[in-house]
Amino acid sequence: MSAPTTPGTQTSTAPAPRPPEVQRVRASRRHQIERRSLRILRWVVIIGLLIVTLLPFYYMVLLSLRPIEALLRNPSSLIIPPAEFTLSSYQQVLASTAAGGQGFGRFIANSAVVAVSAVIISLIVAVPGAYAIARLPFFGHRQVNALFLAAYLFPAIVMAIPLFVLFTRVGLRGSLVGLILVYIAQTVPVAIYMLRNYLDTVPVAVEEAGLVDGLTRIGVLRRISLPLVMPSIMATGLFIFMIAWNEFLFALLFLVERRESWTVSLGLSQLSGSAEIPTTVLMAGSVVLTLPILILFFSTERLLTGGLTAGAEKG
Amino acid sequence: MSALPLRPPRRRTLSQRDARTGIALMSPTLVIVLAVVVVPLLWSILIAFQQLKLLEIGTANPLRSLTLANFERVFASGRLWASLGTTLVYTAGSVLLSIGIGLLAAMAVRRPFRGRNFVRAAFLLPYVAPVVAVTFVWRTMLNPQFGIVNEVGQSTFGWADPIPFLSEAQRTVEFLGAQFPIPTALLTAIAFEGWRYFPFAFLFLMARLEALSSESEEAALVDGASPLQTFRYIILPQLMPVIALLAVLRTIWTFNEFDDIFLLTGGAAGTGVASVRVYEFLTVQRNVGAAAAQSLVLAVVLVLMLAVYMFMMRRRGERL
Repeated sequence: MSAPTTPGTQTSTAPAPRPPEVQRVRASRRHQIERRSLRILRWVVIIGLLIVTLLPFYYMVLLSLRPIEALLRNPSSLIIPPAEFTLSSYQQVLASTAAGGQGFGRFIANSAVVAVSAVIISLIVAVPGAYAIARLPFFGHRQVNALFLAAYLFPAIVMAIPLFVLFTRVGLRGSLVGLILVYIAQTVPVAIYMLRNYLDTVPVAVEEAGLVDGLTRIGVLRRISLPLVMPSIMATGLFIFMIAWNEFLFALLFLVERRESWTVSLGLSQLSGSAEIPTTVLMAGSVVLTLPILILFFSTERLLTGGLTAGAEKG
Repeated sequence: MSALPLRPPRRRTLSQRDARTGIALMSPTLVIVLAVVVVPLLWSILIAFQQLKLLEIGTANPLRSLTLANFERVFASGRLWASLGTTLVYTAGSVLLSIGIGLLAAMAVRRPFRGRNFVRAAFLLPYVAPVVAVTFVWRTMLNPQFGIVNEVGQSTFGWADPIPFLSEAQRTVEFLGAQFPIPTALLTAIAFEGWRYFPFAFLFLMARLEALSSESEEAALVDGASPLQTFRYIILPQLMPVIALLAVLRTIWTFNEFDDIFLLTGGAAGTGVASVRVYEFLTVQRNVGAAAAQSLVLAVVLVLMLAVYMFMMRRRGERL
């Protein structure tokens, strides 16, 4: 419950003992001014931030639907005249290189394979791991937990050098399999952290009831806890998908020499340096890269944000 | 353990069995984290003390002789300190800006209003969208030739020339009669970070605000506190622990941020942060040893901040 602090409700919900005259004297002129300017400021902030957050995305879609000549003729236009509307940028960016396009169709397939494999394998590994951390008192519990947190927070650039060397040596650099392995390692700690928070919400008593009824721990996990947190597991999976789909550094280090294995992120970043490809076509590529993520995110938003910020409520 | 009686006292065996199951469930994760995070990290320390060129990595003996040459190389040129300085400014600016905007946003949407869900969702966009796509849009919008920002700046705000936001290291700005040098590209990169990561702070602060009890605020109101006083003395102190946590977390990540700077400016025009330098050692100079040494310098800073973070989490009573 957020505090009811609108001016109208304030006076009406304030405790009765003091007569209203005293209240009014206390709510001095300064308060009135503050309250009014804050009410205006609040909308200034909201509208200002809305413009700042939405405009780049609107601009992205806008450019992807206009021909490049129209953009160069009139760069500051924020509307598309119906005569200029075209989907040719999308055709061009998605078509294979053999057909004169940029081959984003292939990149999408690569990204999808990598991201989906990372999701499936990460979840298979992380669900039991998270359950063990959430519920089972094994030896070294605290150390393992701290290790995972450190691995989650450890940034990619520090890991990049040794993994680059390692994967070159075992011959996995340049293959999607190598990339999937790296993504699994990058996402398992996050997945464990999120899943642990979700699994913590299952009442211990429910699980104990299962144990008393003769289930083993694995049985409890499979028949009681997992069904209860299934939506959260889906949300975690989608989060892993987003990480893998958006990832850039390892894709760059591992795959840059092989265009046929590029992911969408890598493809867009590589091609955006080239002067021959019109900006409008690359904007269509950006939309193609961004849209799946936004759809996934907003279909599971509540669950995702809840899992990420769990614990922040404690203060 | 193998000689467990058939019907032992129930409580002890349950927790013993649990401990075993725990290790069994745990081990796949542990193996992966050890194999792809811990072992490479240790190996990276080894490489930092070896002469290793990019061409040799497939064939070189992993246990070749040790040397301090890489560190001499990394520390010798003044560029290390310059890049660490840039990184520091970049990190401090980005962290402050993103938390500041996040706090403003969280306070602004705190009370319910029509369309609140839409506004909330819109505020999350920059954080969720792929970094490659958003940096590309920013680069296009800030483009001096046909970018909308320069176009509007020239036609509406009367800029004499387009501003090369991402390729200009420094420009002199006249303000109140004095001239100030400002690092254009670095400030643009910081603005980008503020834009991209304010949703993260916004999310955490919103969660905390929603959990605040309204009692103390109501008491302050009765005692005649103004809205700003209520914020300063009642709300802000309760948000402080989350803000501190956010600051540490964002510092850890921004200090080592690679993607954003690399994709925006490529590390040119005074934005050569330390992580971009690691990449340059690896791909331009093709010196794996020096790259590892540079990343080790980053890792040391990181470990210190991690320690602070874990200490804070412990104090909050998180199970670690």
